[in-house]
Amino acid sequence: MIEILTEILNALLLLFLVVCAIAVAQIRDMLSAVIVFASFGLIMAIVWQQLSAPDVAMVEAALGTGVTTLLLIAAISKTRRTE
Amino acid sequence: MVPFIQVYGIYIILHGHLSPGGGFSGGAIFGASLVLIALSFNLEVGARQISHATASVLESGGALGFIITGLVAVALGGNYLANQAAGFPMGEAGELFSAGAIFIITAFLGIKVASTIVTLFYNIIEGDDKSGDAH
Repeated sequence: MIEILTEILNALLLLFLVVCAIAVAQIRDMLSAVIVFASFGLIMAIVWQQLSAPDVAMVEAALGTGVTTLLLIAAISKTRRTE
Repeated sequence: MVPFIQVYGIYIILHGHLSPGGGFSGGAIFGASLVLIALSFNLEVGARQISHATASVLESGGALGFIITGLVAVALGGNYLANQAAGFPMGEAGELFSAGAIFIITAFLGIKVASTIVTLFYNIIEGDDKSGDAH
């Protein structure tokens, strides 16, 4: 039973990952794209954890979700918000 | 919120040789906490915690400490960054201060990564005008 639930969770995570990746490329508003990209990083961190790589998951959560988002928002505040 | 993030970052740096984590991920968490201060208040409050010049000095100092710790192994007759071969004690599972030079090297790596992230953020925010505000 628990294996089936884990499989369903993994499938949902991967589906959400693909949806996020397509959305980042499609969204015209830069700030929204950065926020969707942060959620992409968070889902990616959980996927790394599911793949038994806690080291990579930790770095992904800190860098992919935290620092990358901060730096991209800083870049947006220096430039225009829309494409 | 920031002190809790910093405690978590230091914990990950210090336990890097025992559990998942280490200098890079812990340093990234610690650096992000310092950047969060500057992002949520403004650049002056952030610079009161750690200024651009201090971050630059810490960045170079972290790299220097890493190199010096590696050279200590050479002075003791081993290869660069050698641990057991240079006479340092090997790690024991569950003991915090047990892995010889790896502990010190990880601490320096954490300082280096944290200050690098802070310097990156300041470089982007300040840009051309030195009086820039975070918003």
